[in-house]
Amino acid sequence: MSLSPDLLTRIRQAAHDHGGPRAAMLEALRMIQHDHGWVCDAHLAEAAATLGVHRAEMEALAGFYSLIFRHPVGRTVILLCDGASCWLNGADAVRDELQRRLGIGFGQTTADGEYTLINVACLGGCDRAPAAVVGRDRRLIGPLSPEGVAKLLEGGL
Amino acid sequence: MTDLPLTGRARPDRKPHTLAEWRALGGYAAVERARAMAPSEVIDWVEAANLNGRGGAGFPAGRKWRFMPERGTTPGNGPNYLIVNGDEMEPGAFKDRFLLEALPHQLLEGALIAAHATHCDEAIVLIRDEYRPGIAAVERAIDEARNAGLLGGLHIRVHPSAGRYIVGEETALITALEGHRAVPRKRPPFPAQSGLWGRPTTVNNVETISLVPHVLTLGPQRFRALSRTEEGGTKLYGVSGRVKRPGLFEAPMGTTARELIERAGGISGDGTLRAFQPGGGASRFLGPDHLDTPLDFGHLARAGAMFGTGMLIVLDGSACPVGLIARHMRFYARESCGWCTPCREGLPLAAKILHAFEAGTARPEDLDLLHMTAAEAGPRGRSFCDLMGGAMAPLASGLEMFAAEFAAHLAGGCPHDKTHLSGGCPHGGTA
Ligand SMILES: Cc1cc2nc3c(=O)[nH]c(=O)nc-3n(C[C@H](O)[C@H](O)[C@H](O)COP(=O)(O)O)c2cc1C
Ligand code: SF4
Ligand code: FES
Repeated sequence: MSLSPDLLTRIRQAAHDHGGPRAAMLEALRMIQHDHGWVCDAHLAEAAATLGVHRAEMEALAGFYSLIFRHPVGRTVILLCDGASCWLNGADAVRDELQRRLGIGFGQTTADGEYTLINVACLGGCDRAPAAVVGRDRRLIGPLSPEGVAKLLEGGL
Repeated sequence: MTDLPLTGRARPDRKPHTLAEWRALGGYAAVERARAMAPSEVIDWVEAANLNGRGGAGFPAGRKWRFMPERGTTPGNGPNYLIVNGDEMEPGAFKDRFLLEALPHQLLEGALIAAHATHCDEAIVLIRDEYRPGIAAVERAIDEARNAGLLGGLHIRVHPSAGRYIVGEETALITALEGHRAVPRKRPPFPAQSGLWGRPTTVNNVETISLVPHVLTLGPQRFRALSRTEEGGTKLYGVSGRVKRPGLFEAPMGTTARELIERAGGISGDGTLRAFQPGGGASRFLGPDHLDTPLDFGHLARAGAMFGTGMLIVLDGSACPVGLIARHMRFYARESCGWCTPCREGLPLAAKILHAFEAGTARPEDLDLLHMTAAEAGPRGRSFCDLMGGAMAPLASGLEMFAAEFAAHLAGGCPHDKTHLSGGCPHGGTA
């Protein structure tokens, strides 16, 4: 499936707004990810062609950014903090419970395509440690506890 | 409001104000005032206010702005650029999140004033991806201000980023905005000489910029007098780690850790203070003997420490300092941009050794290795940028302060009962 005409227009517009095609590469990657959840090879190549940059440059940039996904991710991406303040407040136990319930480790996606779990630090939620950031709108939740993990996965948090 | 200029107007629900609400609270009067002044006069005020940058290094904002050339005085075409740094990712830091989400119009006012003072026709607010609520709030504020004709010709936009701590380092940030992998550049030339696309550029932190309107509203003397020390203004301090009610606290510059920890409900865990980091993950540990040291850039530099972001991480007597340093090192190792060898190779090695200490598998010579890494790579060491020096701050000071702890770990693993770390949230979390 190729990129929608609307998205291609927005990518061209980004080149205009961001000071040229090169400077717009990250924004293009973000827009693809916003519409498709992740950035596949075909979409990356199409965006590169639209901007008139080499796809290898786009590839290199995508590889640099930890939050540009080059593999399919689950419908809900959970960014769980593994930073110091969260650790001091029991983040390891939250991590263990979350990984046990989902049956996946960091960087993995559940078989049903529902969740992807990623470790990030720090989420800027140290006052709500242990903290996580969930979903497309990057909602901050916390303080989490192992008991709260079930509620989180049932959508109650 | 005047003793809490930065946060006093925030809504209790932390939601951003509409433009109308903000104007009803006196919003944009500061911008009007600044525009009635010559740019150099605005800089005079910011200098007299003694506003030091809040992004970590504490460089005086006025002096930084003074380096920016007037329009038409530099060779070549193109504008001066103002960059607002909202990449906040330092462990322990959560202040800019609040200022972006809850007070976007305050930030925009500050950016308009800073752009006026530094002859900038373009401004970019870089915000990390995890702060999407902040991105949305600032974008909306910009739209509202544009529609109301308040931008005065300034082209300003948000640049949402996509992870990687190094993006927050100012020269790496400039490289990122140009569309390259965010690798730091050599200074000099400083951004004011050659920054974004080779043009004069000022980079300031979100908190620094958010304070600027208050210099204009209060005047430099009253702004300065908000502080208890030489360094002007209030500070948005934060306290997290082993305290009962972690949070943000706006207080006069020079407030002490004792007062801040008290406002955070006191120490949790065993109730005793073992140590604290005054300025986020990349700052040196201080012991209880520094509970009454005024927390600002000057006092902490004289104490051989650093103020950094002013976000305290507190360690109680029952939590393991070696484990804490290991968590920090793992973070910095992961976030190394990989450009220079000491950092790329040294940080993962240090992290690995620290985890071996925790697991009880470290050998005596590992301690020497840690000491050597800290000595070779500390501040002003051999790395290309300050990421590695920052990473060494907790390690170097921790090796000194917690020597007995390191020795105890050598003798057979972590001596601390870690059940408190797996027993859920110790400060009454319900979730
Ligand atoms: C590794 C590294 C990361 C940094 N991250 C940030 C950041 O996220 N936000 C920030 O304002 N400054 C950050 N800084 C400091 C910036 O380089 C720069 O000093 C600051 O943005 C200047 O703003 P100020 O003068 O208002 O403090 C970082 C520095 C280093 C070495
Ligand atoms: S010190 Fe680390 S982050 Fe800085 S340039 Fe070297 S490798 Fe990159
Ligand atoms: S350490 Fe986890 S949010 Fe800051």
